[in-house]
Amino acid sequence: MTAQTETRPDTAVRPNAARDTWNVLTRELRPVVRDPFTLIFSLVQPLVFLGLFAPLLVGSSGAPVGETLQWFVPGVLVMIVLFGTGATGSNLQYEMMTGSHERTLVAPLGRSSLLVGRALKEIAPIVVQALVIVLIAWPFGFTINVPGLVIGLALLAVFGIGLGALSYTLALKTKDREWLFWGVQQTLIFPLLILSGMLLPLDEGPAWMRAVSTVNPVNWVVQAERALFAGDLGDITVLWGWVAAVVLAVVGLAVGIRAMRKSS
Amino acid sequence: MANEPIIEAQGLTKRFTVKGKTVEAVTDLTFQVERGELVAFLGPNGAGKSTSLRMLTTLIPPTSGTAKVVGYDILNRPADVRARIGYVGQLTSGSFSQRAHDELLSQGAFYGMSKSAAKKRADELVESLDLSGFATRTVQQLSGGQKRRLDIALGLMHAPPLLFLDEPSTGLDPQSRANLWQHILELRRSHGTTVFLTTHYLEEADRYAERVMVMDRGRVIADDTAARLKADLAGDVLTFGFESEADAAAAVPVVQRLAAREVGRDAASITVTASEGDALLPAAVRALDAAGLTVRTATGVPPTLDDVFLALTGRTLREAGEGQSEGEGDAVDAASRDDDAVLTTGVER
Repeated sequence: MTAQTETRPDTAVRPNAARDTWNVLTRELRPVVRDPFTLIFSLVQPLVFLGLFAPLLVGSSGAPVGETLQWFVPGVLVMIVLFGTGATGSNLQYEMMTGSHERTLVAPLGRSSLLVGRALKEIAPIVVQALVIVLIAWPFGFTINVPGLVIGLALLAVFGIGLGALSYTLALKTKDREWLFWGVQQTLIFPLLILSGMLLPLDEGPAWMRAVSTVNPVNWVVQAERALFAGDLGDITVLWGWVAAVVLAVVGLAVGIRAMRKSS
Repeated sequence: MANEPIIEAQGLTKRFTVKGKTVEAVTDLTFQVERGELVAFLGPNGAGKSTSLRMLTTLIPPTSGTAKVVGYDILNRPADVRARIGYVGQLTSGSFSQRAHDELLSQGAFYGMSKSAAKKRADELVESLDLSGFATRTVQQLSGGQKRRLDIALGLMHAPPLLFLDEPSTGLDPQSRANLWQHILELRRSHGTTVFLTTHYLEEADRYAERVMVMDRGRVIADDTAARLKADLAGDVLTFGFESEADAAAAVPVVQRLAAREVGRDAASITVTASEGDALLPAAVRALDAAGLTVRTATGVPPTLDDVFLALTGRTLREAGEGQSEGEGDAVDAASRDDDAVLTTGVER
């Protein structure tokens, strides 16, 4: 047997936040790179909304297709993050149950890096999937403002980091109780979705719904995305969208790192 | 530093709260392991083996007590401990969605290896652990034995001076188990790696470990080589058969004098337990012959570690495992993977 080279002298590695985060991130990206089709496959749900829900919106509002898409597509992009990234904790939960999370805990990796690296990985599917949706909507009259698109994707990425971190936190807290993870996740995600005015405008809704929606950060991000894709880069909603996303990211990472430190 | 023990545990104790009850999973664990030793923790499920290992590998903090592992305190310097140990847990180390080879490369990066060094090392391990041809499969697609071999490869990527293995061979078929042991022994031979493992397989501890620490109900109740444990605590069981009950009765004092042990009789056969049975057997046959008693049958059964466990606890390992696996043992086991053990029922696992 030739595999065992000599035991290395004490050149043991010391934790380094940047390197550890990068290593965790590249590990998380490996399955995506190996099998990029998984990214496309998870687009089925937003595509269904785009294909089956948008025509209903066109029908009920009587507005032209292009105008409807201009309103609807930014919401679909936020929906990708909400459903895709919001569920990402289940991957960690699976690794906690099968054992590989334990291996990474024994490895000399900073606890913060274990969480941040995973959260940063969410940027990849978000950007790829958002671009695909935008390109599909384009021939149907959806206009693309390039600076708006770039800033809009960046906003989605920050929002996704926060939501991903929260999803991982939920996984770390619920441990091997899968039903609890999904129970909490589903309970939160649909109110957040509906109260963001993503699918239907809230203007017609009852006053209490409108009141609740004003404190829904997802609503702020949706409004910011609409302004950005319309080219209104200086709109005040853009600022509020960023505030919501950044606060969510900071809070998500903070509670996520805390949960990771306690993980065993 | 080189002569310092590689593990020094001092009064390690771990208590969990399970269903409102405080359970002491590990009590006052104190021991040392020298560099290059091969030590097995042997005990039934729920004896506290895994919890002990999880404390030593920095996964869970002890309730009280301390330990130094590879020269560093597990509480104050966990990062230094982690960088110098390898760990193969009870479950699967590779993520199911990852390719086997990719996991090896990630593992190398985690331990600060350069890309080229990690690649070279991964190739060597894939080759020596018979994973060639499977390395580009995802972990999910591997068989149980292949998964376990990948676990070992992951634990060895950075050639740690100290390797912890938690029930490494559980769930493997006999051939894979023997194969795995070959790798572990080879590793020790070529590097002097210190190996510390837990097992509830008697034959395994007996055959491979140089030092066996018998654990029961959270305590180490014996710590010696398997041979010494057996000689001191169990002994060979010798049985002699005779033509008649009268012969057997006449044989009792003869053998008793020779063995200096209590001799039991059952109809036309007698039984004695002695520490050097292999030498006693021919001597006894000759003495009985000289006394005019014809020995029809003579058998000597060497002791197993189960006899040792029985002598120490009054239970066999199997009984002990069954007695605990339904209740406490599993709950503690679950709790040891669970800091907020209050919520853990232990039943779901």
